[in-house]
Amino acid sequence: MDFQSAWAVAAKDFKILKRKSQVIYITVVFPLVVGIAFPLILQYALYHPKNSLVGRIGVTGLMDAFSVWFLIGAAVIPAAIASYSLVGEKIQKSLEPLLATPMTDGEILLGKTISGLVVPLAAIYAGSVIYMSLMDVVTRSTLGYLYYPNWHMGAILLVAPFLCLLSVELNIIISSRVNDVRTAQQMGMLCALPFFGVYIASELGIFTFNDTNLLILAGVILVIDVVVFFVSRAAFQREEILTKWK
Amino acid sequence: MIDTENLTKKFGDLTAVDNLTINVEDGEVFGFLGPNGAGKTTTVRMLCCLISKTSGTARIGDYEVGNSADQQKIRRMIGLLTENVGLYEELSAYDNLDFYGRFYKLDEQRRKERIEYLLKMLGLWEKRNEAAATFSKGMKQKLAIARALIHDPQVLFLDEPTASLDPEAAKTIRDLILELKKEKRTIFLNTHLLDEAEKICDRVAILKTQLIATGTPKELRRRLSGRKIKVQLQRVDNVIVEAIRKIGFQVSEITPDSLVIDVNDPEKENPTILKAIEAAGGHVQFVTEIGSSLEDVYLKLVRG
Repeated sequence: MDFQSAWAVAAKDFKILKRKSQVIYITVVFPLVVGIAFPLILQYALYHPKNSLVGRIGVTGLMDAFSVWFLIGAAVIPAAIASYSLVGEKIQKSLEPLLATPMTDGEILLGKTISGLVVPLAAIYAGSVIYMSLMDVVTRSTLGYLYYPNWHMGAILLVAPFLCLLSVELNIIISSRVNDVRTAQQMGMLCALPFFGVYIASELGIFTFNDTNLLILAGVILVIDVVVFFVSRAAFQREEILTKWK
Repeated sequence: MIDTENLTKKFGDLTAVDNLTINVEDGEVFGFLGPNGAGKTTTVRMLCCLISKTSGTARIGDYEVGNSADQQKIRRMIGLLTENVGLYEELSAYDNLDFYGRFYKLDEQRRKERIEYLLKMLGLWEKRNEAAATFSKGMKQKLAIARALIHDPQVLFLDEPTASLDPEAAKTIRDLILELKKEKRTIFLNTHLLDEAEKICDRVAILKTQLIATGTPKELRRRLSGRKIKVQLQRVDNVIVEAIRKIGFQVSEITPDSLVIDVNDPEKENPTILKAIEAAGGHVQFVTEIGSSLEDVYLKLVRG
């Protein structure tokens, strides 16, 4: 595996994405909204205790619940870029010349994975820094200490790249099977459904997003990542791409 | 440089290329002619290790197509211009070439030199920083050829390089191929434009799933259409025509003042024919050899 070649593919995708402002907006908006809006909601709730959840689950409970939204972002956002990256090549018919170079399938897939992973992950990390900073500003006087950074957020930010990676890999498999960006993105969103199931389970009290469970979740998703990478590599057949892609 | 023996490709029950045996010499421009669906692109894809062969053998230089150990080596020594240019429209001409240069282990300095050389050669240097999306079809085709040449390959595969170009752009691309021919590169040219093949190629092969014919354009014309002479006379009458037939020649076209006669060896047979015409009272004004075009040969072969 030549990582320089894989990086060249990713760097090329970054250059193209810079010119696709729509894709960048989709990627950046969600973490920004979570990072800014949730602290503002909490601040509102703290000033209106009668109407808020604060009384029921406590300030820190609410902050932990809000932070799980970064995992939802990690599951959903990569669909925007990963689906574009392969379908974009299909639309421009640029895969055949690329496949005629000495690059291996693994290098192409790794490059596509990096380009699908880096921007959403950077946006999620940047959003989480904003979130932690604003939450500390909002809750310091109520709690009497700085809640963030803490191990819980650390565990969430540990799960995020594995979840992002899984989303990217599934989106690459999907986008190698469809012919337009919108369908790829819509189907890509469906990849996040199992994670929504986990989230709903937590809301129903069946599963708790505590530090231990988050670490277990990270391990499980990492194993799935490895399996899905090999599946996507097996699914990425040059001959099929050239003879069946429309 | 390129050798195939009984090369076959099947997609399920459909045979796309059937027992193809060809040999392309080093430094030769080899034209691969055939109607749409004849298997030209499939052959190129097999030779470029993009798709697998069903049976038969193929070699590029010392390397065997289909041998996984040789695939990377083959891809390093070939350049491919695909039927669809497949450029990254958002990237500049320079960035498109720079991106591909990285896969052939060209260091930054070498990439810069190659890109400058190719873009200047193709008249695109001034537009190097403009997005490929702003280029005309002809410019895009030139850029795609530059991409195929970025690593200075020994063998160049060009799949329909002038298809869908206007006549001026097509001529520019043909001139470029002739320039590349001077560099002694082996060029495998897929085309259905016979005029193009006749002007550029040293040898051609005609494919319709199976190989129908191969040779130089001149050889094919002679082999398949025979040779003909046109005799211009003051006046043609039946006595003259009969006199020619009597000495064993076929008259294939008769007009009031000319005859077209099928011959095998005009250098030897013309004096006999002219004597017979004179003896029958004809007055010969001039004699010319007329050759059928590659197009005539092609249509005759392809239509079976």
